[in-house]
Amino acid sequence: MSLDTIVQGILLGGLYTLFAAGLSLVFGIMRLVNLAHGDLIVMGAYLILLLVGALGLNPFLAALIAAPLMFALGWALQRLVLNRVLGPDILPPLLVTFGLSIVVQNGLLMGFTADSQRISAGALETASVDLGPVTLGIMPLLTFGSAIAVILVLNWIFYRTALGRAFRATSDDPVTASLMGIRPKAIFAQATGLAMVIVTIAALYLGMRANFDPTIGPARLIYAFEAVIIGGLGSLWGTLAGGIIIGVAQTLGAAVNPEWQILAGHIAFLAVLLVRPRGLFPRAFD
Amino acid sequence: MHPTVTTRTRASGITAVVAVLLIIAAIALPTVADRGVIKDLFFILTMLTLAQYWNLLAGYGGLVSVGQQAFVGLGAYGLFGAAIAWGMDPVLALPLGGVFALIIAIPTAFFAFRLAGAYFAIGTWVVAEVVRLSVAQWKAVGGGTGTSLPRGVQTDMTGTALVESLFGIRSAAAQDVVAFWLALALAVLTIGGIYLMLRSKAGLALAAVRDNAEAARSVGVNAVRMKWVVYLAAAFGTGLTGALIYLQKGRISPDAAFSVTDWTAYVVFIVVIGGIGTIEGPIIGIVVFFVLQTLFADYGSTYLLALGLIGVLVMLFAPRGIWGLISERTGLQFFPIRRTLHVPRGSGRKAGP
Repeated sequence: MSLDTIVQGILLGGLYTLFAAGLSLVFGIMRLVNLAHGDLIVMGAYLILLLVGALGLNPFLAALIAAPLMFALGWALQRLVLNRVLGPDILPPLLVTFGLSIVVQNGLLMGFTADSQRISAGALETASVDLGPVTLGIMPLLTFGSAIAVILVLNWIFYRTALGRAFRATSDDPVTASLMGIRPKAIFAQATGLAMVIVTIAALYLGMRANFDPTIGPARLIYAFEAVIIGGLGSLWGTLAGGIIIGVAQTLGAAVNPEWQILAGHIAFLAVLLVRPRGLFPRAFD
Repeated sequence: MHPTVTTRTRASGITAVVAVLLIIAAIALPTVADRGVIKDLFFILTMLTLAQYWNLLAGYGGLVSVGQQAFVGLGAYGLFGAAIAWGMDPVLALPLGGVFALIIAIPTAFFAFRLAGAYFAIGTWVVAEVVRLSVAQWKAVGGGTGTSLPRGVQTDMTGTALVESLFGIRSAAAQDVVAFWLALALAVLTIGGIYLMLRSKAGLALAAVRDNAEAARSVGVNAVRMKWVVYLAAAFGTGLTGALIYLQKGRISPDAAFSVTDWTAYVVFIVVIGGIGTIEGPIIGIVVFFVLQTLFADYGSTYLLALGLIGVLVMLFAPRGIWGLISERTGLQFFPIRRTLHVPRGSGRKAGP
């Protein structure tokens, strides 16, 4: 029973890693904490739901269509709103994204009511593989695999492409980067767009794995944030480790008492913060 | 004669006189106003107090918290715990609510301060969630479903009997009057206290840390201590206000007492729209908020969406809020904290260009 609980927790960590990767990317490049991140994930889930319903598409195909739309949204959001408030003062971006979180949440409530929804994935929802001591659901396995894939692709972009070089340069020193012909504001817009593509992937699994409604965004933001902090700022593999720690803590907590699931995750986070205030694998120094 | 440093302006002298008159009028108000007005004013005063504490934290201390609902809830639950477990008079238990919030604030500050800058904000949110989930496990005060103040405890509250016989009104209305006076006292003490603190040496240190932490440290300001002082003061004040709000409501549940929307989103809106980092800002903000709330609160999520949108637009185009726009154009300062140098005539030096 306990081995099964831990394995399920590790797989759940994959979902939290997906929540966290976009947040981590944006923070790493422009030191922006987007308090609307969780609500944007929920919005992505509604977009996929809409596409599945309207066009009768397979959810994965719908996500493929949603991804460029979300990229455009992120790009525009950064260009029109967030670039205006970035600066040495942390107050304006925090308050703007907090306001945005309320706008998105209530916009979704108006458009889709408070009823909980689910993206139907057909037989995939219940499919599983039997591995002797544990039985693994195909859906959690896919989620975890996607999380690994997202991290690999992000690492590839960061260290093997011109865009990634621009990301790293802007992250290190936007002024010097702009002397080398990089326009930081354009880079920021692309980074937020990319983060929104990851948000779409996170939204796909959020919507297929469980019911969702417009109010669940902030809780996803918190899990994502905890995974990023536990992993250490700037480390994507660290974020995966953080997601797994939260996931395992939650499933262990739930195994003791279902009411303790969420609380156990938070306590694990606080415990790590107590022993390793800069996270397990800190890389960025800020 | 030596040059003197003062924070006084002509407007601040007028403010003092008007403030005293307003306070006297407010104390006497229950003799003429009906219960609805008293309840509205209670709401305005308590929200204003919460806004002033959040403003102290974010606007002056640079500590942007989105977890102040933790202290509203803790203060309220402290009060309910004392009233239910010990049958304590809720008015006397009010300070206990503040102290309860303060005690829990110490370990939470320890965690939250490990997170720098923007991450501090989400850290406070996590702390608030942990507190909410933990309180929901506290069976003596109703667990997840909540509980009510015992009836006897409420009717025997200090001052209620006196107000009943004085105004010849029913007990429930008398309770509202007592709560209103307490809210008035709390708001006046809060604004006065914050103003005095900002004018003192500590206030100067606070402004220095906010404007440039490195420079402040180099002239001997203990930035870490200032952060602790502000955080704990705000936690105590917010807890006290939370206790008072739920004393008046008489019923509590974890979801209501730890609501992000009610105790943080609204409060942030009030401060941002009025003008962050000023005492005048939240006062203007609460007026705007109350008008919007009265006119449009029935529209539910449309109303909230509009509030969020207004907040975002203000941050984008007028980051210093309504009061910022007014004081930029008129130079008015009702609660001046800026120190100006006055050089007496004939001392050989000219002030300014």
